[in-house]
Amino acid sequence: MKDFNYSAPKTVKEAISLLGSLQGEVKVLCGGQSMLVLMKQGMLAPEHIVDIKGISELDYIRFSEEKGLTIGALATHGAVEKSPIVKEKYPVLAEMEDNLAVVQTRTWGTIGGNVCHGDPAADPPAVFIALSSKYKLMGKKERIVNAEDFYKDLLEVDLEHGELLVEVQVPPMPANSGVAQEKLMVQKGDMGIVGAAAFVTVNPSTGICEDARIVLTNVASIPFRAKGSEKVLIGKKIDEKLLEEAGQIASEEVDPPADTHGSEEYRRDMARVFLKRATAKALQRAQQKN
Amino acid sequence: MKKIKGYSITLTVNNENYDLTAEPNRTLLEVLRDDLHLTGTKESCGEGACGSCTVLVDDQPVRSCLTLAVAVEGRHITTIEGLSQGGALHPVQDAFVAHHAIQCGFCSPGMILTAYALLKENPSPTEEEIRRAISGNVCRCTGYAKIVEAIKSLADQGRQER
Ligand SMILES: Cc1cc2nc3c(=O)[nH]c(=O)nc-3n(C[C@H](O)[C@H](O)[C@H](O)COP(=O)(O)OP(=O)(O)OC[C@H]3O[C@@H](n4cnc5c(N)ncnc54)[C@H](O)[C@@H]3O)c2cc1C
Ligand code: FES
Ligand code: FES
Repeated sequence: MKDFNYSAPKTVKEAISLLGSLQGEVKVLCGGQSMLVLMKQGMLAPEHIVDIKGISELDYIRFSEEKGLTIGALATHGAVEKSPIVKEKYPVLAEMEDNLAVVQTRTWGTIGGNVCHGDPAADPPAVFIALSSKYKLMGKKERIVNAEDFYKDLLEVDLEHGELLVEVQVPPMPANSGVAQEKLMVQKGDMGIVGAAAFVTVNPSTGICEDARIVLTNVASIPFRAKGSEKVLIGKKIDEKLLEEAGQIASEEVDPPADTHGSEEYRRDMARVFLKRATAKALQRAQQKN
Repeated sequence: MKKIKGYSITLTVNNENYDLTAEPNRTLLEVLRDDLHLTGTKESCGEGACGSCTVLVDDQPVRSCLTLAVAVEGRHITTIEGLSQGGALHPVQDAFVAHHAIQCGFCSPGMILTAYALLKENPSPTEEEIRRAISGNVCRCTGYAKIVEAIKSLADQGRQER
């Protein structure tokens, strides 16, 4: 790893003023579970590192019926996994963490670090987008962005120089809605070769799908919103035939990478399969709530 | 801004304080092995994939190859050297020996610390919970069966004690 200057502010205020004053290439470091790998591989060599892992005011998970769930940037994967309120109100997030990485990574890696890394294979961004979440950013001023608009390109996110992500805001679950996440893993805890997060709402009297938000992972340079698939589902009663159609559309629309874990063709087909699985599960959950 | 070469830090390892100077780009693994000569902690992949470098930070398993030494000042670090007391092995170590859960031994420090942390949090884990907990520790020798048996023997004791 190349040498760098290091500072570890203890408050958001201190961090923001430091980030604003440093010249040259500055990187925020949190748990380092993604960033130190890149630095060790020589793909990243910042001049200054601002380590925010000690800013304890950002380590929280809160819930209110009006606002929904707010997760501070420093909450670790392990904290989300074990949180009673998450298990009760947003079990999909606990399920996601159950399949995310290994205990050592969950202990030290943070939600903020995960969503800011901009890895299109990562699970939390997809689930947060499916849940219509927002990210709160803090720099010279505060900004709130839709999780969906935050992702610009591979490892590129909408963070300006001097900005920190401070909070993920997940709105309350609407009535008659269900959400699910599924991913293709060789071994539990692997990064998904392909993954899908699906959110649907169903009219309890007609059984018609009123809203759908489906996000696929590792099939494009950013988390992929399957809008074509959503369109065929909304306004109809979802059945196997319709799910297959939605899956087919996604397999044509995605632009997946090819690597040792899967060819482009394989990933396209898995996009179809996992979109169907996640959507069917979300649908079932929405119906159970009726 | 002037380049600062070394940072003076105090690391608390196995309940002892060490005052040392560390360059910020050095990992906890490097400092433990090269500066403190605590060579029980092993490096294998160096990039977060194998778990052989696992140490405990505030009783939680962490990969020391993906942690900067300067970032854990003020935390309690436990390495494999810190488990035995007065020359007597810790029960988790004893169980690994008794169940032949060690072959080459390279994964063992990390594996044992991960098992120790699991049992501390959950004294009677199921086999599934054990397998999930050690899924971040790769072993190329044992095939895991003996390791799971060793941890299970302690889990069973945990159940009896309740
Ligand atoms: C073995 C292994 C398996 C993994 N498996 C999975 C998996 O299955 N699914 C999955 O989704 N992920 C997986 N990951 C990735 C892991 O979840 C993330 O690496 C981790 O959550 C990142 O958090 P961190 O705090 O370590 O971030 P860091 O590595 O410290 O930072 C990551 C990036 O985010 C930026 N950053 C961090 N915090 C902030 C902030 N608050 N504001 C602005 N920028 C910030 C940093 O500048 C950097 O660019 C795995 C990682 C490993 C090592
Ligand atoms: S050496 Fe740290 S995980 Fe492999
Ligand atoms: S005993 Fe050799 S790697 Fe586990």
